[in-house]
Amino acid sequence: MEGRSELALSVDDLTVAYHDKPAIWDIDLAVPEGALMAIVGPNGAGKSSLIKAVLNLIPRAAGTVAFYGKPYEKARSLVAYVPQRESVDWDFPTSALDVVMMGLYGKLGWFRRPGPRERARALFALEQVGLQDFVNRQISQLSGGQQQRAFLARALVQDAQIYFMDEPFAAVDAVTENAIVNILRELKKGGKTVLVVHHDLQTVCEYFDWLTLLNVEIIASGPTQEIFNAENLRRTYGGRVSYLHGGQLLAAGGG
Amino acid sequence: MLLEARWKGDRAVWLIIVLIIVLGFAFIPLSQLLFGLRFTYTVRVVALGGSILGAISGVVGCFAVLRQESLLGDALSHAALPGVALAFLFFGRELSLLLIGAGIASWIGMRFVMALLKSTRIKQDTALGIVLAAWFAAGIALLAYIQSMPDASQAGLDEFIFGQAAAMIEADVILISGVSLFLLLMLALFWKEFKLVTFDPEFASANGLRVGAVNTLLSTLIVIAIVLGLQLAGVILMVGMLVAPGIAARQWTHKLDQMLILAAVFGAFAGGVGAVISALDNDIPTGPMIIVVAFTLVLASIALAPGRGLVWSRLRQRSNRRRFAAQNVLRDLFRYAQAHGGFESAVPDAFIRGVAERSAQLGLRQLQAEGQVETVAGGWRLTAAGVARAQRRRRNEGLWDLYRLYGDELGLPVVQESRHAELSELLPRSALAALESKLKGDGDA
Repeated sequence: MEGRSELALSVDDLTVAYHDKPAIWDIDLAVPEGALMAIVGPNGAGKSSLIKAVLNLIPRAAGTVAFYGKPYEKARSLVAYVPQRESVDWDFPTSALDVVMMGLYGKLGWFRRPGPRERARALFALEQVGLQDFVNRQISQLSGGQQQRAFLARALVQDAQIYFMDEPFAAVDAVTENAIVNILRELKKGGKTVLVVHHDLQTVCEYFDWLTLLNVEIIASGPTQEIFNAENLRRTYGGRVSYLHGGQLLAAGGG
Repeated sequence: MLLEARWKGDRAVWLIIVLIIVLGFAFIPLSQLLFGLRFTYTVRVVALGGSILGAISGVVGCFAVLRQESLLGDALSHAALPGVALAFLFFGRELSLLLIGAGIASWIGMRFVMALLKSTRIKQDTALGIVLAAWFAAGIALLAYIQSMPDASQAGLDEFIFGQAAAMIEADVILISGVSLFLLLMLALFWKEFKLVTFDPEFASANGLRVGAVNTLLSTLIVIAIVLGLQLAGVILMVGMLVAPGIAARQWTHKLDQMLILAAVFGAFAGGVGAVISALDNDIPTGPMIIVVAFTLVLASIALAPGRGLVWSRLRQRSNRRRFAAQNVLRDLFRYAQAHGGFESAVPDAFIRGVAERSAQLGLRQLQAEGQVETVAGGWRLTAAGVARAQRRRRNEGLWDLYRLYGDELGLPVVQESRHAELSELLPRSALAALESKLKGDGDA
């Protein structure tokens, strides 16, 4: 019961519609503090829409969202966001360091410029993600994985309580995937809550202790061990994930 | 090496800035010689006004370029025309009022585009097309109506279409300078907000920045810069003055602040030189003249800028081709020799030319010059140095393979995969020893 009072994120009746088709429908979600949660579902299931609606980036048709019991407007400093890598133009004339410092703009407020303190924090975050040798590299000259890590570092400097990451593992190299997983575990150790849009069923059990299966509606949400099973996956993806019948994934989930 | 590259990059930027400034000032005596231009009061006013306008629209235009909104600039400048005409109808020929009218019409056009995008499914290019055509058509119709009026003061109102430098007076330059200072001040104040909203609006919004307000402010600054330059460049070609300096500047630098400085210098050059040339004769419209100069700068930048420029990338391709040719030929010789009885025997010329094809000649010539192959009867042979180099390369390849396979398992430090770099130089000695023991193990297996 004690865990109940520490809900990092609670979502009630959240619905988002693009024109007349609902992208997500009547979402209820309760994420306890310290959860490392994957949001998993087929293409078009509304995974990104869910995150964006929670963060007020797209208009909600209905529903409320609370971060530690507070509405988004009052909880901004608790939240950090890692958008999809493809959402920006990487040819923008700026360096990796500069991108990471952007994470601190919100705290600086209007008119104030980042100074040596901000620089030091950004450098530390770059080191955390293993980009210390690429600090001054122009961002278009970073590999896809390095770009993803720069985005991650930008969220880390925000020193938030809840992290939202939109497909951080999409098309990255093994080095980056490792680095991200390590960061996720560090964050969890520090008592942070992390929500990750994920698409690789193979790694769900290994990386995440909490899981939400989504296909426009919530299919199941809870501890990975309890809800990662063939039936729930079939209900999420339809009958298409035939390889599940082999039982391999389930064995991994059980262990 | 990275540091050196950075310094090289910066040096190119400062060099080009100095070069353009020198060229700009050299234009003064040059134009006296070539065109017999006398720097009368009028010409000095026009040169100064043109430079300031070019600089400020270049600086503000950088954001239009980076937001991929060049076409928005075009639509907004066309959209200014009905404002000019209406202001003239109500208040007569008073420049500041004409410009305010232009600004209002253009600003309404901008809001209309935003409203269309927000509330309908119309895409941006279509919305811009609608506003450009509708506003411009209204402007042309109004101008035609004004021209039919029996009033002498409408003379020259159509110079807003192509721009006319000769009409500029000292009071205009003071107005231009004041507004330019205001624009620069706004850019300085909202620098990091403009940067963030341009690069990643979604993230900015998630961080509580009021993206809509910042976007509107930035677009308003662009509208002001456009309106200011209308008298000089005209509504049709103003977009060139807005985006050409930024496009040229982008070729030279990877830093936003440098890009803006460079755009200012390019813009000042194009605006000043173009305006002066057109002021030589009342029949030369200023807009096209400025754009010709600006476009020349764009072309030169695209061709010559280090890193991005076409000339350099051709050169780099050539040097890469040479380097890879040498490496490939070395590898082929090494493999052949291994498979056919050792490094003493010759590798037939026909074989190496057959395998490496066109790059064979290129590679062999280089390796020979470096003393790594020698000609013998019947073909080619690796020298001791060549064998050593080929072995070193092979060992490096092997280490990279193992690093990829076991790097994680052995807990080795993370380095960026780059197979042309020597892994032994990137890893600490202990890590290297661990990998080398694997290498031996693999060899035995």
